[in-house]
Amino acid sequence: MATPNELKYTSTHEWAKIEGNTATIGISDHAQQALGDLVFINLPQEGDEAVAGEAFGDLESVKAVSDLISPVSGTICAVNEALLDAPEMLNEDPYGAWIIKVEMSGETEELLDAAAYDALCEQEG
Amino acid sequence: MKLIFEKSVPGRHCDLLGKCDVAAAELPQKYLRATPPELPELSEVDVSRHYTELNQHVHGVNCGFYPLGSCTMKYNPRVDEEMAALPGFTAVHPLAPEAHTRGCRAVLDTAAQYLCEISGMDAMTFQPAAGAHGEFTGVLLIKQYHDARGDTARRKIIVPDSAHGTNPATAAMCGFEVVNIPSAPDGCVDLDALKAALGEDTAGLMLTNPNTVGIFDENILEITKLVHEAGGLCYYDGANLNAVMGVVRPGDMGFDCIHMNLHKTFATPHGGGGPGAGAVGCKEFLKPYLPASALMDGAGKKQVRAFAGNFLVVVRALTYLMTLGCEGVPEAAKNAVLNANYLMQRVKGTFEPAFDRICMHEFVLDLSEYKKETGVSALDVAKSLIDYGMHPPTMYFPLIVHEALMLEPTETESKQTLDWAADVFRKLYALGKTDSETMHAAPHHAQIGRPDEVKAARNPIVRWYNDSETETVRGAGN
Repeated sequence: MATPNELKYTSTHEWAKIEGNTATIGISDHAQQALGDLVFINLPQEGDEAVAGEAFGDLESVKAVSDLISPVSGTICAVNEALLDAPEMLNEDPYGAWIIKVEMSGETEELLDAAAYDALCEQEG
Repeated sequence: MKLIFEKSVPGRHCDLLGKCDVAAAELPQKYLRATPPELPELSEVDVSRHYTELNQHVHGVNCGFYPLGSCTMKYNPRVDEEMAALPGFTAVHPLAPEAHTRGCRAVLDTAAQYLCEISGMDAMTFQPAAGAHGEFTGVLLIKQYHDARGDTARRKIIVPDSAHGTNPATAAMCGFEVVNIPSAPDGCVDLDALKAALGEDTAGLMLTNPNTVGIFDENILEITKLVHEAGGLCYYDGANLNAVMGVVRPGDMGFDCIHMNLHKTFATPHGGGGPGAGAVGCKEFLKPYLPASALMDGAGKKQVRAFAGNFLVVVRALTYLMTLGCEGVPEAAKNAVLNANYLMQRVKGTFEPAFDRICMHEFVLDLSEYKKETGVSALDVAKSLIDYGMHPPTMYFPLIVHEALMLEPTETESKQTLDWAADVFRKLYALGKTDSETMHAAPHHAQIGRPDEVKAARNPIVRWYNDSETETVRGAGN
């Protein structure tokens, strides 16, 4: 699956779509492939604070549990609760299925563009 | 096989339970259930056959090789069971008069003394019921120590990224903030990362040594010194004590408190859900904060479990220690290390170790290159091992190694068993290169094939449904 150019990426394999002051956050195709079939997601609540570089939730596959790391700081203004019943949406459509939206304030993590992210995935194998 | 409920025949019964020798108590009507519980009705021989059949469906250390890394699935000598079954230990009550429990107290005191000697600690409690409970208790000692000194700004516990998941969970449960530090390329603590994480807010460090990839951290004295200089304390997770018991003492490495899994390192069958014992030891200065039984040891004691904890597990541990003695305990540790290195060297050249150096009691194979080449994953290899009558190793742990298989043969396995196991790994390595499909579908000869783990996790059916429920209730879960 091609890595969308309009998104920004973290080294921990989340993507962020930044529109004005709002960031929509999900996980990359590489992440969902590495994790395998997802069976559970632990989500934050609307109004919670997200901090760049810190966990805002976690994902569980049959292999392992992984933290979801926020690419940006701010207030969580929307949570995709449909994922609670169907975490497999992240496997099926990683760039379509978003997890949270954040009203940004303050700093963001240093984010990668699609080319740099592809290079990182290549390096990690 | 059928569930015991499905084997039930109305009206069938057995006399496994003796006759009640006291008058039946009448319960108030409001507490009685409206319908009788749906219990299986079977004869004694039905029950016996049911459990024997269940027994044939599982793999224990009594059935075959069980190299489940980090779990120390060693064989437990029968004598330990025999001692734990003595009526003097099983038919005693903790509130019996002191004169009746002196023997039991002597067991607790002697076991504490031996385990303090092995761990290099000064005091011990047997209250915690298992490892994670022991961790919780141990980290509460650290918290209490700082709080008692008014040093309440110490809010952070440092945990390496190779740690068992229980370590960060413990720190969080105790109200600390968890600081994860990355491992160095050799799997040990990265001293620079540790230095960067240490500060006036450091409450302590949680560590296993040997670590989760089976490597003894040679910088351990420097590590504990750095933590102490920053004002923090050092917690030793005894998960991997089997590699060093009687050889090197956590207390001498600079640790202040420790838990030991008596049920894995000191002879209690485990993996079945308990009971266990997570004995917690500490240095003298933490002793005032150790839990104890208020009823047995005097008022005002804080406790984490009733009385002396799971006492019979302590009886097994003491028997194990007394039968091995001060020469046998280190010999067991050394054989555990020797066996792991032997197996690693025999497998090497096919599946490659993640860290190519002398290991301690366990080692990790990294199958990521092999998977890229053949499409055969660590899971496929693990499932294929079942066809050979071997329990799979730990998979996908530690997380710092991708496609990890973690093997811990333990000291009780012979050279013949290890040679056989290595040959099986070599055979599978070759098979994956030519016939990956066979391995994707393994196991082929087990009682249960490859379950759909995803479906099992997403739509688990965790209880039995009777005929009338099946349609309405169970349907929803499918």
